[in-house]
Amino acid sequence: MQSGRGKEARGAPAGTERGSLFNDARVRAVIAQVVVLLLLVGAAAYFSYNAYQNLSRAGITTGFGFLSQPAGFDVSQSLIAYSSKSTYADALLVGILNTLLVSVLGIIAATILGFFLGVVRLSPNWLVSRMAAAYTEIIRNIPLLLQILFWYLAILTPLPGPRQALQLNGLLFLCNRGLLLPRPLPAEGFTATALTLLLVVLLCLALIFWSRRHQQRTGQRFPAYWVSLGLLLVLPPAVFLLTGSPLSWEVPRLSGFNFAGGITVLPELLALWLALSLYTATFIGEYVRSGIMAVDKGQLEAAHALGHRPWMTYRLVVIPQAMRVVTPPLISQYLTLVKNSSLAVVIGYPDLVHVFAGTALNQSGQAVEIIAITMAVYLLISLLISLVMNWYNKKVALRGL
Amino acid sequence: MAEEWKAKPALPAPILETGIGGWLARNLFSSPGNSCLTLLGLALLYWSVPPVLHWAVFAANWLGDTRSACDAGLPGVKSGACWVFIKVRLGVFIYGFYPEAERWRVDFTFLLLAANLFPLLAPLLFRSLGRQLLLALVTVFAVLFLYGAVPAGVALVLLFLPVLLVWLSQRVAEFAGGGTFLLPALASCFLGALAAGLFLKLFFAGEAMVPISLFVALLLALLLFTRRLGVTAWRWFLLATLYPLIAWLALLGGAFSLPLVETHFWGGLSLTLVVAGCGMLTALPIGVLLALGRRSQLPVINTLCVSFIEFVRGVPLVSVLFMASVMFPLLLPENVNFDKLLRALVGIAFFYAAYMAEVIRGGLQAIPRGQYEAAEALGWTYWKMMGLIILPQALRLVIPGLANNFLSLLKDTTLVAVIGLLDLLGIAKAAMADVQWLGFTREAYLFAGLVFWVFCFAISRYSVYLEKKYHTSYQ
Repeated sequence: MQSGRGKEARGAPAGTERGSLFNDARVRAVIAQVVVLLLLVGAAAYFSYNAYQNLSRAGITTGFGFLSQPAGFDVSQSLIAYSSKSTYADALLVGILNTLLVSVLGIIAATILGFFLGVVRLSPNWLVSRMAAAYTEIIRNIPLLLQILFWYLAILTPLPGPRQALQLNGLLFLCNRGLLLPRPLPAEGFTATALTLLLVVLLCLALIFWSRRHQQRTGQRFPAYWVSLGLLLVLPPAVFLLTGSPLSWEVPRLSGFNFAGGITVLPELLALWLALSLYTATFIGEYVRSGIMAVDKGQLEAAHALGHRPWMTYRLVVIPQAMRVVTPPLISQYLTLVKNSSLAVVIGYPDLVHVFAGTALNQSGQAVEIIAITMAVYLLISLLISLVMNWYNKKVALRGL
Repeated sequence: MAEEWKAKPALPAPILETGIGGWLARNLFSSPGNSCLTLLGLALLYWSVPPVLHWAVFAANWLGDTRSACDAGLPGVKSGACWVFIKVRLGVFIYGFYPEAERWRVDFTFLLLAANLFPLLAPLLFRSLGRQLLLALVTVFAVLFLYGAVPAGVALVLLFLPVLLVWLSQRVAEFAGGGTFLLPALASCFLGALAAGLFLKLFFAGEAMVPISLFVALLLALLLFTRRLGVTAWRWFLLATLYPLIAWLALLGGAFSLPLVETHFWGGLSLTLVVAGCGMLTALPIGVLLALGRRSQLPVINTLCVSFIEFVRGVPLVSVLFMASVMFPLLLPENVNFDKLLRALVGIAFFYAAYMAEVIRGGLQAIPRGQYEAAEALGWTYWKMMGLIILPQALRLVIPGLANNFLSLLKDTTLVAVIGLLDLLGIAKAAMADVQWLGFTREAYLFAGLVFWVFCFAISRYSVYLEKKYHTSYQ
């Protein structure tokens, strides 16, 4: 770093006391950065010029004005009102919501299955732990795309048609049109039950919070969880019955060649959700296993010595410490799952990439804007998930370190 | 009165402590909850494994070469899987639409790779007799399934003779107390013999037989020689530099009187391996540069690297591939035509480089400050310090992370199917659409899945082996 001075000190001949300017680390740093910057600006200018030329030759107007034009295509699943007369902006929203839907469903299922796998792999039961290990080793070494296609093309599409649908008590139907569920139809007065449920949940949260404070202040435990459970099981059903059971179910019924009524879960959604959760669960399972194994054995022994029962040992000693190790990789798995949901494009589930970067791009030809918006949305989702999970991570991390 | 005290004979150990009963009681039925779990597990196994085995093995159709071997109505046709489909379509699964007369070039590149990787993997593959026997058996069954009884017999002899020889040499070496240098030598012979046998079978009438046999012999000699010298690093270096050039030239052609085979004819497993290999080879060096850039104190370079890495890690590979296939042509002048495969390769390389960079950064951060200071004190330049002191240690530290990235990369090569390249998965889908062979979706995907599984499992085991060899793990 100080080669210039070193030479000076050694008494270099006058006139060259600073040595060659090119050998000065600071000068070299500046030169290197300027060169990199120039190269980058040059490349950017070259590419923009080409893009401008190509776009103007193809007669495509740049800009985001196209978002307010009618899209003119239909989407097979939409959580908001959407028709072919809706705008490109609506199509974007439909895509985002569908991506979020499959991601949230996948995250829930993968977390449950993953924690189960991780715990079972550590169980002293030889058979069950081996089964979990075999499942993990098989599923995580097969590409996710292949699993999605397998579920969709090899399992769900060859299912019988609506007339020979597999059914459960005449309530659930599974056929090549997807999974059909009964739809709840709230009648007048159901709002009371919903409001009660909301209030009770808030009350329970407050109760748990208070009981913690209470225990910290006085050392006495209040059975908040049991009381909450009781409240949840008693109050909303009571209100529901008192207001005269204002809820009916619309069961899917076969009419002609297809089902009418009920909720249809598209086979694309089903395949994507199954593959995403089964695949991601193996990774989560491995992180959970390593997290539990990272808890020092002495901690368990200390908890036993204090007379904690096994379940309390787990709840008070093992899980809080394991979660510290598990949380960061868990965040990245959730992020990966959201990004992997873009594989929906190969089976035609109308997610962001399929609807917007696929159909909308082909219709409008606005490649640059559409790819940029798509990437920006994914970046935003990633950012939001990492913000939330980092907040949680900070909460469970060791304090004062 | 003093009666002599005599110990009673020891009681036999309780039946629940020893033998099979003891093992069962300890491992499966130690508590009521555990017993329930065991029963549940057994039920799950009973419900899932026999039907799958029945479909895939016992009731499957293995014999025959035509569609009629799997026609449900015909006599002698069983109800299970139709592996004949795989057998008939194997050429397409491996070579895609590569012209049939030129397929030997793909074989050549495969073989060159296998022969070069073999000595590196040999200690892993042949660690135990059981593993050797398993490999030999799998090979014999594969040859039996694909080529019939006579070649299978040849393979049986070719395979078990070397295995036997290796085993004998080990015993002799043990007896003599010397090293086991015979093991790798004989193992190399075994591969050479296998390759030569298969090639004789495949190209008995072909003109390519003579040069290829000569090449195999030459390669074998080289292998034996270099193995004895133990130049693993050199082998990796050649694999990473010279081999890709040779392979690319052999596959693409257009020189040395090899006819040109455009990349849109490439497909199947060979394309998957090309994409994965090129991806790994290019992503790692770019990743190293990015990681160094991220650790750099030069503000411009640091900012650029950080924003690139964070941006790429926040978007899915599908969107990057879309960008590569849709936007690259827009960014280049009108008359420049950019190969589709090359576009995908560039996309994958930069995408995975960002992930590699994060892993390598972890390794760089783990190197103690003293190492940097020592190199600086010697007056070394930045690149010399990084190349000779820091990176060798850092990369060694992050072998598991790099292997994980390589695994994901191999699995994500399937995504090139999204932009219309026919890799193993794409070709499986194309093969299913064949009018003559409709309805064998499960067979095609299971076969593709098995191939991917074997490759991924091999990589993960090799990384565990390397990790143990260098004693580096995160713990």
